[in-house]
This record gives sequence, C-alpha cells and structure tokens, in this order.
Amino acid sequence: MTRGMKRLSIPYIVWMAIFVVAPIFIVLIYAVTSSSGAFTAANFSNMLSYSGVFARSMWLAFIATVICLVIGYPAAYILSRLGPGAQKICMMLVILPMWINSLLRTYAWMSILENTGLLNRFFRAIGLLDLLGIEFVPMINTPGAVVLGMVYDFLPFMILPIYSVLVKMDYTLVEAAEDLGATPAKVFTKVTLPLSVSGVVSGVTMVFVPAISTFVISRLLGGGSDMLLGDLIEMQFLGTAYNPHLGSAISIVMMVIVVICMSLMNRFGDGEEGAIPL
Amino acid sequence: MTGKKVRFGEKLLVVLLFVFLYAPILVLIVFSFNATKSRAVWTGFTFKWYGELFSDATLMSSLYTTLGVAVLSSLIATVAGTLAAMAFYNMKKRWRTPLLTISNIPVVNADIITGVSLSLLFVSVGKFLGHEYGFLGFGTLLLAHISFNIPYVVLSVMPKFRQLDNNLVDAAEDLGCTPAQAFTKVVLPQIMPGVVSGMLIAFTMSVDDFVISYFTAGTTTQTLSMYIYAMTRMRVSPKINAISTLLFTVVLALLIIINFRNNKNDGAAKPVTAKEIKQ
Repeated sequence: MTRGMKRLSIPYIVWMAIFVVAPIFIVLIYAVTSSSGAFTAANFSNMLSYSGVFARSMWLAFIATVICLVIGYPAAYILSRLGPGAQKICMMLVILPMWINSLLRTYAWMSILENTGLLNRFFRAIGLLDLLGIEFVPMINTPGAVVLGMVYDFLPFMILPIYSVLVKMDYTLVEAAEDLGATPAKVFTKVTLPLSVSGVVSGVTMVFVPAISTFVISRLLGGGSDMLLGDLIEMQFLGTAYNPHLGSAISIVMMVIVVICMSLMNRFGDGEEGAIPL
Repeated sequence: MTGKKVRFGEKLLVVLLFVFLYAPILVLIVFSFNATKSRAVWTGFTFKWYGELFSDATLMSSLYTTLGVAVLSSLIATVAGTLAAMAFYNMKKRWRTPLLTISNIPVVNADIITGVSLSLLFVSVGKFLGHEYGFLGFGTLLLAHISFNIPYVVLSVMPKFRQLDNNLVDAAEDLGCTPAQAFTKVVLPQIMPGVVSGMLIAFTMSVDDFVISYFTAGTTTQTLSMYIYAMTRMRVSPKINAISTLLFTVVLALLIIINFRNNKNDGAAKPVTAKEIKQ
C-alpha cells in the first residue's frame, strides 16, 4: 500500500490549499489593501486607535488564564489522585459542561449576575444590601463578569490537559523523592511541577486563545460597552463599523499572537506532532 | 498517579469546583419550568415553554439546519479525514510534519479567525462568480463545517494507524487480497475505534459551533446556535432555558451511552470530547 497512497493525499492537500491556506492569504491581502484595492499600511496604523481594546483583551484574557490555572492545577492534581471509579465519574463531570453550547453556559450567568438577578436577591435576603445601603451590587456589565464568564467557559480546558499529564505521571518518583527526605513543597517544585509543565502549557494556550478572541462573553456579560478584540473584529465584518480591511489587519495581529502561543506550546510539547499531542 | 490518600479538605475543594461548574446549569434548568418570564423569582411550575419551543417554526428549522449540517459534515469529514490520515501515515516524515501542521491550523486557530477567513473566501469567490449578495448560505456553511471537522478526524484516526501492524496488510495481500480488500478486511476493522470517535467529535463540534457558522451562514440560513444568540440578544425568554434543558439531557444521555460502550470495548475508544482533543 505505497504507490496509491501518494495519490490519495492529493485531494486533501488541494482541499487544505483552498479552505485553509487560501482564506488566510485572502485575510492577509485584505489587511494590506484599502477598499479601492490599493496597497496600504493604513489598516495597521489605524489599529493604534484601538490600542485600548488590545490592552483590555490581553489583560482580561491574562487574568482569566491565571485564575483558571490557580483553580485548575490543584483541581487536576486532586482529581488525578482519586480512586479509579471516582476519577472516572469526576472526569465525566468536568467534560460534560464542555459539551453544552457555550452560548447557553454564558447565558446562565446573565440571570445570576443581573441587578435583579439571583445573587442580588440572595444579598437582599441576607440583609447585605440594606447593610450597605444600596439597591444592588453591580455585577453584570463589568469586566469582572467578563472574566468570570471566561473562567467558567474555559476552566475545563485547563483541567483536562494538566490532569492527563498528572495521571500518567510515575508516582514512584514522588515516593522516591519523599524517601530521600524532600519536604512536600520540594517534592512539588522539583518533581511534580516539572513533570506536568507540558500540561500546563497546553492548558494555558487552550484558555488564552479562546479568551482573547471571544466576542460572545463580552457581549452577553460585559454588555458590549467594554469592547474586546473579538468584538472589534466582529464589528468590522458583520456589525455597524463595516470595514473588512481593518478587521483583517486585526485578525492578522491576533493570529500572530496565536502563533506565538503555538510555538511556546511546541517548545514544551513532545512527540513529532508536538502541537497537538493526543 | 493514584496511590496517595486524598484528604477531606481536598475532596471539599472538588465538591466546590463542581458546584461552580453546575450551579448555573441547574439554575437554567430550574427556571425552564417557571410559570412566568422571570429569571430570578420562582412563580410556579409549567411546561408551557417546552410547548412554545416545539411550535416555534424558526426554531425548528434552525434545529433541522444544525442537524443537517452536523450529519452531512461529520460523515463527509470522517471519510475524507480517514483517507487523509491513511495517506499521511504512509508519507515520509519530511512531508507529513508540515502537512499535518497545516491540517491542524483550524484546530489551533481562534474560531473567529477561521470564521472570518472562510467568510472572506466565500465572499471573494461569490463576487468573482458575479453574486454580489446572497452567496453565503447552507452550502458555504456546510463547506466551512467540513473544513474544520476534517482535522479532528485526522487527529483521532492517525494514532490508530500508528498502532497498526503493517505485516498484517502485507500478509493479506500475499494471500491474494486486492488492496481494497486488504483495506476493508484488515485495516478498517483495526482503525474503526478512531474513526468512530473522530465522527463523534466532528458531530459535536459541528453542533456546538457558533462563531464559524455566524460568519459563514449568511443572513438566510440559521443554525440553532445562531438562533440562541439572537434570542439572548433580545433578552428574556424562558424558551432558551427550555432548549438548554433539552440539550443538557441529550448530551448527558450521549455521554453515558458512550461511556457504557467504552466499558464494553475495554476502553478501545477513549471517551473523547470535542475539545479534549485540542490538548
């Protein structure tokens, strides 16, 4: 089965050329031309006026990633040490929300965070609002709500890769370190953490990339007032500020950010298809 | 790394994690049975939102679009992805590595960029063919879904090829099998678990997708996700809660079935989820 195989790959190579490579080239062409078709760098220089959006996106995505890591690593660590039965059920419970449409999961938080929502009703019931002398605690349409939405939507992406590295880890190494007199903190920093770095790196990438490009979460929980990169791109293509050339330029910059993330991931990843080890 | 005792405090943390993950979903489900439109005050039990759901013609047509795209795109992507994985497997590494990297672009890239770039492709081709408007629709939606589904199938089938013993294929051919027979009788049964989980992943990715559909479906075609997005923009409607509850039930049932199937197969096909594979 060798001769025919070369020919077998041709259809998919052609398909990729049309549906993977060509679209990116078109984005690139749009990014460096104006609506009249002339070459221009204006799309990139115009982006400077949106540097606030870039900064806010990077910052919120960064905070969400850090929170996911702070919650996700200990969670994955504990889950990896449960008994086999409990582990199986718990992992299913971590995976299950990922199967539910992320729009719906984000929407769920709307009714909780609203000014007349469940949390504010709860605060009223326990007398917190009267104590503070306010009508409601403003939660929805704040950057905090956007970060919460990101953490909620993407936390499983952090837990799963870290868990799958930790669960494969050779536990006798930890025992050896303990026998040789390492303190629990030492065992963690010298053995467990270095062995789980590849999981952390994929987790960070898998949270950061969707977090920096989302427009659904900022639209639903941020009220659309604090724009993120995703909102900005969406607006240039389907929204009021129709300008696909600027949108393409922003997409290119975002892609560069993704590529940087990918190369980081490749450096730590293992195996020949290191980008996405299965 | 099982073997170490888990302390009570650690178990409590896990419980808290699941409270955080499931409380919002529980709230959604509970309020799908609420008698009034309120999202925060319980006013009585009703099934009426479910009734309204099924009599909503737009919703039902968006559901059919979603299922149609998901079934077609996952079937096509499964066939194409399996053939592609086979071709890649038999290639020299020098060729395979760059081609796999290109193949993985839609998996690693942000959804919005995949959506935007495909939409620009379709619009450019449409303009070239003389359609100024109205080129985007079910066809472009399907093409977009096929193109982001194929890499997931490739990723899920490739490892099965690596486990394949090539001597078996040679033996089959020595014993008089045609290459086609060797494929269907020897190769296919062994890669089947990867093919099936690849198809499942492709199907769920397709059902779950909002962003890429949003950019490639145009204004006349609508998937369920797009309909839900439009609904959330129009604010309160308990119908969204009803959809959520139904989808949650379906997903839960699917996951349990897959898990049972895997237990029987002794873990032949791991319970892969759509996004788990991105790791």
